[in-house]
Amino acid sequence: MPLKTRLRAALLAGTVVLAGAAPRAGWADEQYFPLQSYRVGPYAAGGTGFFGGFIDYLNLINARDGGVNGVKLTWSEGETQYEVERGVEVYERLKSRPGIAAWNPLSVGIAYAMIDRISADKVPLITINHGRTDSTDGRVFPYVFPLLLNPYSETSGIIQYLGTRAGGLDKLKGKTVAVLYHGSPYGKETIPIYAQLARQYGFTVEQIEVPHPGNEQQSQWLTIRRLRPDFVVLRGWGVMNPVALKTAQKTGFPADRIVGNVWSNSEEDVVPAGDAAKGYVAITTQASGTAYPVIQEVVGKVYGAGNGNLADRKRIGSVYHNLGVLNGILNVEAVRIAQGKFGQRTLTGDEVRWGFEHLRLDEARVAALGAKGLFHSITVTCANHEGEGRVTFQQWDGARWNVVSDWIAPDWASLRPIIEASSTAYAKEHGITPRDCAAEEAADSQGGQQAAAAGR
Amino acid sequence: MSPDLAFLAEVVVGGLLSGVMYALVAIGFVLIYKTSGVLNFAQGAMVLFAALTFVSLTERGLPFAAALAATLAVMVVVGLGVERLVLRPLVNQPPITLFMATLGVAYVIEGAAQLAWGTQVHGLDLGIDDTPIDLGGVLVSRFDLFAAAVAGLMVALLSAFFRYTRTGLAFRAVADDPLAALNTGLRLPRIWSAVWIAAGIVALVAGLLWGARLGVQFSLSLVVLKALPVLVLGGFDSIAGAIVAGLIVGAVEKLSEVYLGPVIGGGIEGWIAYVAALGFLLVRPSGLFGLRAVERV
Repeated sequence: MPLKTRLRAALLAGTVVLAGAAPRAGWADEQYFPLQSYRVGPYAAGGTGFFGGFIDYLNLINARDGGVNGVKLTWSEGETQYEVERGVEVYERLKSRPGIAAWNPLSVGIAYAMIDRISADKVPLITINHGRTDSTDGRVFPYVFPLLLNPYSETSGIIQYLGTRAGGLDKLKGKTVAVLYHGSPYGKETIPIYAQLARQYGFTVEQIEVPHPGNEQQSQWLTIRRLRPDFVVLRGWGVMNPVALKTAQKTGFPADRIVGNVWSNSEEDVVPAGDAAKGYVAITTQASGTAYPVIQEVVGKVYGAGNGNLADRKRIGSVYHNLGVLNGILNVEAVRIAQGKFGQRTLTGDEVRWGFEHLRLDEARVAALGAKGLFHSITVTCANHEGEGRVTFQQWDGARWNVVSDWIAPDWASLRPIIEASSTAYAKEHGITPRDCAAEEAADSQGGQQAAAAGR
Repeated sequence: MSPDLAFLAEVVVGGLLSGVMYALVAIGFVLIYKTSGVLNFAQGAMVLFAALTFVSLTERGLPFAAALAATLAVMVVVGLGVERLVLRPLVNQPPITLFMATLGVAYVIEGAAQLAWGTQVHGLDLGIDDTPIDLGGVLVSRFDLFAAAVAGLMVALLSAFFRYTRTGLAFRAVADDPLAALNTGLRLPRIWSAVWIAAGIVALVAGLLWGARLGVQFSLSLVVLKALPVLVLGGFDSIAGAIVAGLIVGAVEKLSEVYLGPVIGGGIEGWIAYVAALGFLLVRPSGLFGLRAVERV
């Protein structure tokens, strides 16, 4: 990153950075994305990649299509350094801006702190690939969207994959799986579901905590060595991931039997581990690389015009950058879908929420968006805010990630009762009456038919 | 050797070697505290800055030796800068003021590190193979052995420096009684400058070894959290204490995590060392080897 750019980023840390290009003549309406980004501090590497990809896609839509049906996409950034109190402060500072489409903090802590606020303010909160598992239940969490993958689906996807490695899910019986998790609410969230899946498939699970930040794991890996597990699942974050891979090597555990979760799957997790990471496998919802038409367009139309957000172009196509682009696709398509119902104008947060609840991108639509192979599909409904995203697995060869599995569907059917039990308890605790999604969808359908009839 | 005994030996050896890594960071604290009575909270940030500077220079094509020399020069400038611009103007201020100043310096150095070299994480390969060696059924990390040797060498050099060189003797004189040292004509500012430079060099060594272990990234500055219980246990002004306490803390952490963790819940090694240090503090406030302060009232 040029020194000047970094200087600006540092000077503006903690302040709001206005972006989204200067207003252009002819823009009638604007849809605004407030970004609680983190470009400095311990997690800046992930933050710059994700928010860079998100902004690159918004830029692409403005440059290529003139916005979404003529509605310009705008955004501004508030630096959080991944700290919850700063994230909430940015929320309070930006929430009164007009035309907010959705919040996308990419932080479990900040997202948790915002749930009550966004519910009161009626604006969607997008927690792509993370967040509360039970927020999948849109009947209880109408404004929260853990798009593509919640922690339980991730767990199920990983077990499905281990099943394929073992020669079938039934072959997991008698095997031992060690789960090495980050000592935080995020890390602990999947403890019950791993225990349940172990009972369901007959394998033994040993769940081992690594205290934050995870820069020392000798004792955990010695314990693992004594257990002699068939696989180790790495549910890490930040420095914990490369240290896990290095310590595994140090204690003689092969990297190709370690499977990382969705926050242990980036270049930042493997590069510091050097050769110890070769062969390591991790789950992902989006492939990395630049081979996809949408990424090529970002390169040509955004970076070609000198408007790219990443200072280092070599990071285009990295895991976090592609996740940011994918997040951009999902946000933009939700706005587009909502415009189809409410009109091609600046929408309210509640109207964009409706768009997210009808975000249905099948493989054909994904291909039309230039994202075939980048991700599979998504089908969000009133009751299912995750949207049944598929997962795939990638293996690090020392220089890049290579996809090594098909798109895998987690076992949503068996997860749903657990999710509903948790969301029902939450609703009871908070005095929430769950929505009647069937009635809402029927009303939507009726409204659609009337609109179609009026149009004829 | 029975498998259980071999496992116990592995846990102990692994803990001792980890403890040496903690001691490496603690020594930087001790150097400053010993001569100026300041607990330098910026030591972790200096470790980060040194490692980030070194790895960024090598990634820009500088050979290993040239990058090392350049980083050494940078750390000398950082050490001198902190002493001249922050500590010297605050001389004679209460210890808490000086401590808060180093806290501020820590944030400035962390910010400057990201400003100068960016926010990306980097791998650092020192050319030491990190595959384990089998010693009679006990696996020992080659890298950790190398790190222990480096730490041992550094302690030997520092001990020789303090014992046999004029500047080293001046350090000790200042540590024993600053006013008496001043009376004999020793130039305190010069000695403080020298000790901050030494702390910068220790930070470079610790940064390279910890950077090779963790990767060079922002969390390197958090290694100070591992050094604090070592300091409490060993005494803030004893290099030998830092080494011995590092070994104790490392072994206690690993033994507790492996054998006590499953009983009382895992993930205890993050705080168990502090429990040990606090317990020790109650019995011996100056630590194992720290000088007991006696003030005439």
